Amino acid sequence: MGSKALEFYKQFKKNKTALVGAYVVVFLIICAIFAPILTQYDPLIQNLDNRLIPPFWSKGGSFTHILGTDDFGRDMLTRVLYGARISLTIGIISVSISLSFGVIMGAVAGYFGGLTDLIIMRVVDIMLSIPAILLAIVIVSILGADLFNAMIAIGIVGIPTFARIVRSSVLAEKNKEYVIASRVNGSSDFRLIVFVVLPNCTTPVIVQATMWFASAVLEAAGLSFLGLGAQPPTPEWGAMLADSLQFITTAYWMIIFPGIAIFLTVIGFNLVGDGLMDVLDPKLKEK
Amino acid sequence: MISYVIKRLLWAIPTLLGVSILVFSMIHLAPGDPALLMLGEHANKESVDALREQMGLNKPLLEQYYLFVSNAVQGDFGISTLSGEPVIDEFLERFPATVELSIVALIFAIIIGLFAGIISAVKRYSLFDYVSMTTALAGVSMPVFWLGLMLIYFFSIELGWLPVSGRLGYEFDIDKVTGFYLIDSILMKDYEAFWNACKHLVLPALALGTIPMAIIARMTRASMIEVMKEDYVRTAKAKGCTQGQVILIHALKNALMPVITVIGLMVGTLFAGAILTETTFSWPGIGKWLINAVNQRDFPIIQSTTLIIATIFIVINLIVDLLYAVINPKIRLN
Repeated sequence: MGSKALEFYKQFKKNKTALVGAYVVVFLIICAIFAPILTQYDPLIQNLDNRLIPPFWSKGGSFTHILGTDDFGRDMLTRVLYGARISLTIGIISVSISLSFGVIMGAVAGYFGGLTDLIIMRVVDIMLSIPAILLAIVIVSILGADLFNAMIAIGIVGIPTFARIVRSSVLAEKNKEYVIASRVNGSSDFRLIVFVVLPNCTTPVIVQATMWFASAVLEAAGLSFLGLGAQPPTPEWGAMLADSLQFITTAYWMIIFPGIAIFLTVIGFNLVGDGLMDVLDPKLKEK
Repeated sequence: MISYVIKRLLWAIPTLLGVSILVFSMIHLAPGDPALLMLGEHANKESVDALREQMGLNKPLLEQYYLFVSNAVQGDFGISTLSGEPVIDEFLERFPATVELSIVALIFAIIIGLFAGIISAVKRYSLFDYVSMTTALAGVSMPVFWLGLMLIYFFSIELGWLPVSGRLGYEFDIDKVTGFYLIDSILMKDYEAFWNACKHLVLPALALGTIPMAIIARMTRASMIEVMKEDYVRTAKAKGCTQGQVILIHALKNALMPVITVIGLMVGTLFAGAILTETTFSWPGIGKWLINAVNQRDFPIIQSTTLIIATIFIVINLIVDLLYAVINPKIRLN
């Protein structure tokens, strides 16, 4: 296992862009974990005396607030750093929802086939026939607009993609000799699916989970920008951008930094996903 | 071919039915009384009862679904709880704005995306290849609403070249014939209004078209590189064809097949992106209208918009699949 991990690391390291992606992701995780240490300010406490101070390089800016302050006098750097916590949480929760339901649906459809497969895949097709952000908006309109519901909505939106991937992997694996041997040995369907087939379908799922993490952060920021996700004063990057709309002519820093944070997160996870695809399953990329 | 067309058409019917069930269920899945949800907690009993009656919420669920589908097929999507107007009228008033924006964005994405993809494939590992593919990679990861804000900041506020928001300057008045301002202004021979509408379109179309452009560029490059390795391309070169002939006549035709499929699938991405772009640029299309409806819990609007967009998406996918089968005999023979 140790040598496998080492081999994986060596292969991954060869892909320079993936490595850059990994550094970005690690940087984001560090920002998220150590946000209270990295900054002395609170992301929510308002200080109206310090409203709309520009970044240190602009006229009127100072090193007290490196990236400036927002319309309520809150430190921008602090809010962007704390935003990393929220975005990573969104990614983790949304991907967990998509992954768990998608894997179950895909595994059951692929393994049992027939009518079960037909019904599950029809549901998947129906979900995929509605554009992702529109489906997320529909779900939020049912559940109500807040950050947690947005995470659930994005999680649900991701289910069909995972279901399709797992189904095709299970279909490819289920008639292989090791599965037949296990079946002949008397393994139950549950045991066959969970302990025999699924462990051999992990590669495309890991790649998809990384890519979906990026999409989840992007979709959540989009929902918050539309006022359907995180609500003020939560320091979520999309919500911060929505807030910046009215200050677009006077406070450029309110637009730039939350956007850069979203962009870096999305590109970081996309590059890591691309790199994982290269190392774990080069054939997948060709498809 | 006919059997493939019939099979594919039949396949779309259960998906459409499924979408209609999902959209119909929305109103019943929301926690609480749907009529109360739409009118707000403080609505009086008479208004709630009237809305229940108007929307048929007192009827059995199956009958409600039957009415919903049969009305929708006839273009009747109910009455907006906010404005009291028929939803379809409001939808049709705003839909051309979204379509116009999406079409211009798609044209921009196809032209730039194909150009960048082809040149990158032909001049592989050149500076152009690196720059365009890095830009494409950045484009795929770019939040469309942020890109919109940045474009507004640089081109409208800092440089003052283009308008910040809206679809047309207040000084212009266009008769709505088609609803597409570019066409209507030409029909009216009002070229100043046409130019103004063009200027209003540039930034939103650029923001909306960036992700599709990046995807088309990456896809075209990959597809072209694959095709350029084929024997028939080598034969064309051996025959003495010029590089232009090899690329445009022999390679591009085959390389475009997967790209066409991706362009078809992008219609959904464009409509979805339009929701965010319209909010950023205050573009008076269905996206902005839909978000207002979600905030006000105006379910007839949310239901109709979702159903219509999903139907358009399914029909376009169907057309792309059929076109693909016409271009590529392998598909229909399988």
